[in-house]
Amino acid sequence: MKILYFAWLRQRTGIGEEDIAVPAAVNDVASLIDWLKGRGPNFAEALQDTSTIRIAVNQEFATLDTALTGDEEVALFPPMTGG
Amino acid sequence: MAIRVQQEDFDVGAEIAALTANNPRIGGVTSFTGLVRDMADGERTSAMTLEHYPGMTEKMLAEIDAEAHDRWPLEASLIVHRYGRLEAGDRIVLVIAASPHRDAAFDACRFLIDWLKTRAPFWKLEEAQDGSKRWVEAKESDDDAAARWEPNDGKKKAG
Repeated sequence: MKILYFAWLRQRTGIGEEDIAVPAAVNDVASLIDWLKGRGPNFAEALQDTSTIRIAVNQEFATLDTALTGDEEVALFPPMTGG
Repeated sequence: MAIRVQQEDFDVGAEIAALTANNPRIGGVTSFTGLVRDMADGERTSAMTLEHYPGMTEKMLAEIDAEAHDRWPLEASLIVHRYGRLEAGDRIVLVIAASPHRDAAFDACRFLIDWLKTRAPFWKLEEAQDGSKRWVEAKESDDDAAARWEPNDGKKKAG
């Protein structure tokens, strides 16, 4: 699975983009975020409040209950501030 | 009908001229240009850096543009959004809408910028004059502005 982090999520996790194998138990966005939180204190802190996080799966907006099979591109980022 | 995401500046007059050239069906063209302000939440800022999600940005801008063409009888449209480091006074974003009549051009232009602000994956990192940096937080007023154009609203739709 390809995971991308933007803005303060990139800064707090220390990662912009990564390709990682996730456990089979990760079958939706919520379980992915729970698993990522267990990777270290920087992930736990960055992902603790999911109300401040927006999610895209394969470059389309998604929600915590969006299903994942393992070969998606998942992006985690704060609410957008363009324009 | 055209989307550009770029670091370079743009020339508003030249973009309008190019977009409307050789199309006598266009009777009105409106544009919105967003600039970097030197003041945010009462604090002086000297510059900002715009980060985006290459790939999804272009996809979302194209979807927003297509939605505008579905709702209004547009002859031409353009969205240009810059990224990278920009200083106070610099142009950030340009939206142009051209139509046979002005109502559609005005409404579509406003729709494009309102939807872009809440749907295009851009993030602003502001630099204060003392050198400190902070991520700009999304504004509720931007959500409200975008919500005016929700399809179920029943208002401000193509007529």
